[in-house]
Amino acid sequence: MSGKAQRTAARPAAVAVDRSPDDAPQPTRRSFMERVLAILIGGFVTLFPFAAGLAVFADPLRKKASAKGSGRDEDGFLRISASLDSLQANQPERFVVIDDLFDAWNIFPDEPIGAVYLTKTGDTDVRALSATCPHAGCPVGFDREGNLFRCPCHDSSFQPDGEIANPKSPAPRGMDPLVVKIKNGTEIWVKFEKFRGGINDRIQEA
Amino acid sequence: MNAIANWFDERTGYRKLVNDALYESIPGGSRWRYVWGSTLVFTFTVQVVTGIFLWMAYSPSSQTAWESVYYIQHEMQFGWLLRGIHHFTAQLMVVLLALHLMQVIIDGAYKAPREVNFWLGLILMQIVLGLSLTGYLLPWHQRGYWATQVATKLAGIIPEAGPAIQRLIVGGPEYGHHTLTRFFAMHAGLLPGLLIVFLVLHIYVFRRHGILAKDPQRAPDATFWPDQILKDAVACLGVLLVVLLLCFWNAPHSMSELRTLAEQDRLGDVLGAEMGAPADPADDYSAARPEWYFLFLFQFLKYFPGPMEFYGAVVIPGAVLGFMFLMPFIGRWKLGHFFNVAYVCILVAGVGLLTFLAIDEDRKNEQHVRAVADADAKADRIVELIRGQAGISAAGARELLRSDPKTHGPKVFAQQCAHCHRFDGHDGTETIPTSPATASDLNKFGTREWIRGFIENPAGPHYFGPTANASIKGEPVATRFTEGEMANWAKENVPKMQQQELDGVVEFLVAQGKRADIDPVNEELAAIGRNFFAKGSDNASACADCHHINVNGEALGEPGGDAPELTGYGSAEWLRDFVLHPGAENHYGQRNAMRPFAGQISDKDFNLVTNWLRHNWYEPKSQAKGQ
Repeated sequence: MSGKAQRTAARPAAVAVDRSPDDAPQPTRRSFMERVLAILIGGFVTLFPFAAGLAVFADPLRKKASAKGSGRDEDGFLRISASLDSLQANQPERFVVIDDLFDAWNIFPDEPIGAVYLTKTGDTDVRALSATCPHAGCPVGFDREGNLFRCPCHDSSFQPDGEIANPKSPAPRGMDPLVVKIKNGTEIWVKFEKFRGGINDRIQEA
Repeated sequence: MNAIANWFDERTGYRKLVNDALYESIPGGSRWRYVWGSTLVFTFTVQVVTGIFLWMAYSPSSQTAWESVYYIQHEMQFGWLLRGIHHFTAQLMVVLLALHLMQVIIDGAYKAPREVNFWLGLILMQIVLGLSLTGYLLPWHQRGYWATQVATKLAGIIPEAGPAIQRLIVGGPEYGHHTLTRFFAMHAGLLPGLLIVFLVLHIYVFRRHGILAKDPQRAPDATFWPDQILKDAVACLGVLLVVLLLCFWNAPHSMSELRTLAEQDRLGDVLGAEMGAPADPADDYSAARPEWYFLFLFQFLKYFPGPMEFYGAVVIPGAVLGFMFLMPFIGRWKLGHFFNVAYVCILVAGVGLLTFLAIDEDRKNEQHVRAVADADAKADRIVELIRGQAGISAAGARELLRSDPKTHGPKVFAQQCAHCHRFDGHDGTETIPTSPATASDLNKFGTREWIRGFIENPAGPHYFGPTANASIKGEPVATRFTEGEMANWAKENVPKMQQQELDGVVEFLVAQGKRADIDPVNEELAAIGRNFFAKGSDNASACADCHHINVNGEALGEPGGDAPELTGYGSAEWLRDFVLHPGAENHYGQRNAMRPFAGQISDKDFNLVTNWLRHNWYEPKSQAKGQ
């Protein structure tokens, strides 16, 4: 095709661009099928990559809260770096909980994964409370003078046994108790778990 | 409803916009040959959508890029599908670009008044190629890493400004964190942004002149919607199906196998895009090649010797592309159009030929084939290792692979040991050194088979035999070992030993090595061997006549004798002591031609090679692999 013929062929197209649906030919049966097919196929190919993306995006929903590290015994207890003898009676003390930390593709061996308050309540009895506030998850501190746990974020306070101290506390429940196991006479092992914050019931993070 | 639409239309004029978009006239009716531009818009949309979702899981740094892509591919649900779509759509986009360009030129759609749109298209093509180049590096795997190195090194040969340009692209003197952050910003920000701008202009100018009807009298005029849109949608469906086909290319053929993989969350092992081993600047990757659509440039460069490289890499490709900007003017002459068509046909044929030559040369190049196999093995191995320890340490996957004796032991052996020793006849990496061996073949060292072979024939080709080629301080070793005391003892005594005595000595010595990969020691047999070692028999003289050994606190033989001490023979500790101080009195003393490695080999390399020789590495418990 020569250059001249090109240009003449192209011109009418440039003029005929503006056409409204009213001018369009009456839809025939074939044209109706074309429309349906165009919408179905066009919709499918457009939505498919979205669907694949959303499936990946939704991956966190199927993952467990956290994998269990190698520091745990067969029942899921972790050893705390405190011995029964070193604890003072009725005096809550804060300890860091160490376990393997998992973060997406990474594994960090023996990292702090949280904190607990341990209180010796008898010769061989220890009470363990999670140091995470059951309201919004801030780290709870212990006020020795007032003999109270205080949350620095929203002024919740708790008694040494973990129950709510101030009735106006925004915390919906007392501090979360953790199961304790004494091994070999003095080793303190705690079943360290995390619970959902801000609700009345104590529900473990899935 | 209509009232709301009217209200909205009065304020935005959207109806005209929609009408303009949908009811563009197509003289001569809708045709399949008009679909290429639409498929390109479609593939770009797919890349934007899948790219943004990938972005949500990708982490650009040299310690997390590969790791996060690994996580997408192997750990996240349908991550392999998302990555596969993005990867293969990118490849198809290049093919569709070539088709679109060829069609525009053959149909003469580049000529007046469409010159500007043609130029916009050429710019868009370069942006897409830029996206390909930058995207290839992001997974930070060996292939992408080494191939992109070549591209950025080539930028450095531009006279004057080259080194500065290279440094600006790379983000520093060497590849690292900032190479990834820069490439990522270009790949996910700058280039797509530019592409959108140019695409909008391209479509705007296209609409201004309308489609160039190939044959306007062919059929009654039609409109874009629904006739052409249906054809475009079907073409896009075809593109998507090809992409999915490529994603499932390596799928197992039986449904049950596929189901097993799905249940084990291991679909990413076989489906979607390839995932090489993590980039490692210390691991020379001789399989480095660009993506297939840049192979022609790679091949082209081979024809330009050193000082001419600038012409092959920059000037000629730039001129070939730059010339295409002149096509609309050349097309004005009568023969100009034919010239342009011939030009693009020759170009495509040339690219095809160069690509074929590149692939063909690689296929015939044994070294390349071996490098690819090695790279594939490492890619599989790193996944195995990560699963074995349930995650990747902060040092990253590269470090994990580097400390794996199975894959890296052979390399250390080739570098440090294979000057003298052999491993099953080669240097550990299947290359046969040109100079003859001067020491033993260490394949299966410390196993029953190796020890038995040595005792039966110490002068054999796998044991002392090659020492005949060795020399100490310039003096040939000659027959010192091949006709030495051990060889003579074996010749004289082994035939007189009872089978059980020979088996026993083998068992007794194997127990010293504590190899974990062989059958457990038969204690009864070892006791018989120990007895022979200490006392010999009526017919044969004892090992302890020359050798000394300490077993469970009891010494057999005299220490300080001529022959090497055998306490812990073949164990990790023995190997360490022997390799670091081969000339020590408890080994071979001054007679040993082996050079001392104390201070010559890093602890890490030493552990790699000894653990490799002793088969002491991680193996997954279940060997049920998908392939």
